[in-house]
Amino acid sequence: MSLQAALAIAAKDVKIFFNDRRALLFTLAAPIVIATFFGFLSSGGGSGEKVKIPVLVVDEDGSSVSKSIFDGLLKDEALGCGASTETGAREAVRKGKATVGIIIPKGFGDASAKALFGGEKRPELILLYDPSHWGEMGMVRGLLTQHVMEAVSREAFNGAAGRKAIKDSLASVATSTTLKPEDKSALTKMLKSVANWQERLEATQGNESQEARGLGIPFDAKEEAVTSGSGVAYNGYAHSFAGMAIQFILFAAIDLGAGVLLERQRGLWKRLRSAPVSRFTLLVGKALSGAAISLFCLAGTFGFAMIFLKVRIHGSAIGFAAICLCSAVMAASFGLMIAALGRTQAATRGISALAVLMLAMLGGGWVPSFIFPAWMQRVTLIIPTRWAIDGLDGVTWRGLGLGYALQCAAVVLLFAVLFGLVALWRFRWEEE
Amino acid sequence: MLEGCGLNKSYGTLKAAEGISLSLVPGQILGLLGPNGAGKTTTVSMLAGLMAPDSGEVLVDGRPMKGDSDPAKAMIGLVPQELALVDELSAGDNLAFFGALYGMRGKKLREAVEKALGFVGLEERSKDRVSSFSGGMKRRLNLAASLLHDPPVLLLDEPTVGVDPQSRNAIFDNLGALKEQGKAMLYTTHYMEEAERLCDRIQIMDHGKTIAEGTLRDLSALLPATSRLLLELKERGGREWLPELLKLPGVQSASEEEGTLSVTLRDLPTGAPEVLAWLSSKGVAYTHMSSERAGLEEVFLALTGKGLRDS
Repeated sequence: MSLQAALAIAAKDVKIFFNDRRALLFTLAAPIVIATFFGFLSSGGGSGEKVKIPVLVVDEDGSSVSKSIFDGLLKDEALGCGASTETGAREAVRKGKATVGIIIPKGFGDASAKALFGGEKRPELILLYDPSHWGEMGMVRGLLTQHVMEAVSREAFNGAAGRKAIKDSLASVATSTTLKPEDKSALTKMLKSVANWQERLEATQGNESQEARGLGIPFDAKEEAVTSGSGVAYNGYAHSFAGMAIQFILFAAIDLGAGVLLERQRGLWKRLRSAPVSRFTLLVGKALSGAAISLFCLAGTFGFAMIFLKVRIHGSAIGFAAICLCSAVMAASFGLMIAALGRTQAATRGISALAVLMLAMLGGGWVPSFIFPAWMQRVTLIIPTRWAIDGLDGVTWRGLGLGYALQCAAVVLLFAVLFGLVALWRFRWEEE
Repeated sequence: MLEGCGLNKSYGTLKAAEGISLSLVPGQILGLLGPNGAGKTTTVSMLAGLMAPDSGEVLVDGRPMKGDSDPAKAMIGLVPQELALVDELSAGDNLAFFGALYGMRGKKLREAVEKALGFVGLEERSKDRVSSFSGGMKRRLNLAASLLHDPPVLLLDEPTVGVDPQSRNAIFDNLGALKEQGKAMLYTTHYMEEAERLCDRIQIMDHGKTIAEGTLRDLSALLPATSRLLLELKERGGREWLPELLKLPGVQSASEEEGTLSVTLRDLPTGAPEVLAWLSSKGVAYTHMSSERAGLEEVFLALTGKGLRDS
């Protein structure tokens, strides 16, 4: 192989790349703009303001229990709660203005207090929800359970409805023909204890230090984001820049492949091939230029992220360099494969762009791969971008070491070799 | 210096070259003449090492050319039919790139670039991007790119396609100078005038085969007709008399294009008066008359029964 010829080919392509200022600007600006947008979204929008889930409550019951539930929901920081009618709630959910509508039907307060002590049929709460927000629906269901339990248990142990429920339950137990005598005795004891507790509370009513309380969640959650180290906050830009940088070096690779097809069309390939230069040298020259341009793009995009958005390599810096280098080589050999398989420049660009978007999407470039269903997470392991993006995530915000980085880099390099072999196998050397 | 021996090449069932043999001699231009699709470019591609022949061989200085990186390829300069240039780079950068492919570098490369640009009259435009060049300038630069490594053999595949007469003449002057320098050249064209003007020997191809070869004089001897009578007709249209004209004794062929009637004659002194008298009797008026010797167009017509540009 003639190294001088390979370097001359690479230098020529790099010169063309830098001569086209508009294309150069696009190659650098596009991934930065898109990655900044995605990073901004995943970082909570930057203002620190939490997005509340819009919920509408239809209180058809009007009991102290239903009012207490509404108050609880109103105070919840995760929810943006408001009152409505059933028709209004349905319309708002249908139009996407509310995520969930909660209908508290008439008689819910009495029935729920009785149901708390067993025997009675549980009353229903009707939840109207927007099917496109199924994730938020689950969250609202959990919060609603908490507020209903608090309100109903408070009423059962402290309120008039609770006293009536205990009285009715005692009568029901006494006349029950299905309960065993020992069960009847135990239940009667428990209900009478509750009744005594209610009488004590009634006697001390007016004493403000004794706040009426219901059943609450018996724990407080202390949340801690696990990043590269204690005190190191998660930087959402790290992932978005990894994804977009990989996506756009593949787009640059399309230019490399289409460029070869254009050179063939222009007859330039004939002149290259008429020189005493081996086929391998020609492909190596092209691969060198593709890798150099890709490395430049990676450096430009991550450089911006590091300077302006505080993205840091918390793991292995050598590992970061290895992943970038292997990704650049992979992109270059992907470009050569495009040149080998493509026929015309225009058609090749269209199909290749679709392939790159699929690779970026399935590799976790748009949304992190852990959001994918389990089967898809397994399947996408056969995609090089998945390894490149996971590797970059690993050495940036996850703070993982050289071992993990080299494992990812090796897999990416393996794909580079595979693409290169396909290019060698399918490249049309003769002009027809 | 460069020989093609019994070259064959097929694309599926299409035989693009069938038993083509030719030889390039220093200081001479061999013209490869034929219509589009005759197999000229395929022949050039095999000679330049761009494609391997199905059978036959290419000899450079008597040795068979072997593989893509055979150093013998440095003895050949190729001027492709297409403008094989990088539009986004300057003329100088283009040549420097092509020179580097032949192992040239440093001062030697810079001097070679200057010399090649000077040879085609583009030294003032060295730093200008090729995209700003006219078609004729690009053609001249296309020629310069093949001269950079000073090869003794030049393969020129229709190097004047689409250029203005002034640039064409400039290229012809360049080729004349290269011939004087002792370069062995192959020149493919479907313009008979170019072949007649430039070439020492001519090989005529059709459907992948050589159908005639020799000097212009050798080929003219193959002609049944020796002269052509040209008449600029006064009125266009209404040529129903043309088939009758062909029946006159001594008339080999007759055609009319853009108001000019072209009649090839076996013998001008006896045939011309007869044709003119016959036209007068038919009421066909003309404004101008001239005659010329029959050329390659007639040779091709005589050999294949069709015109070079009809094929």
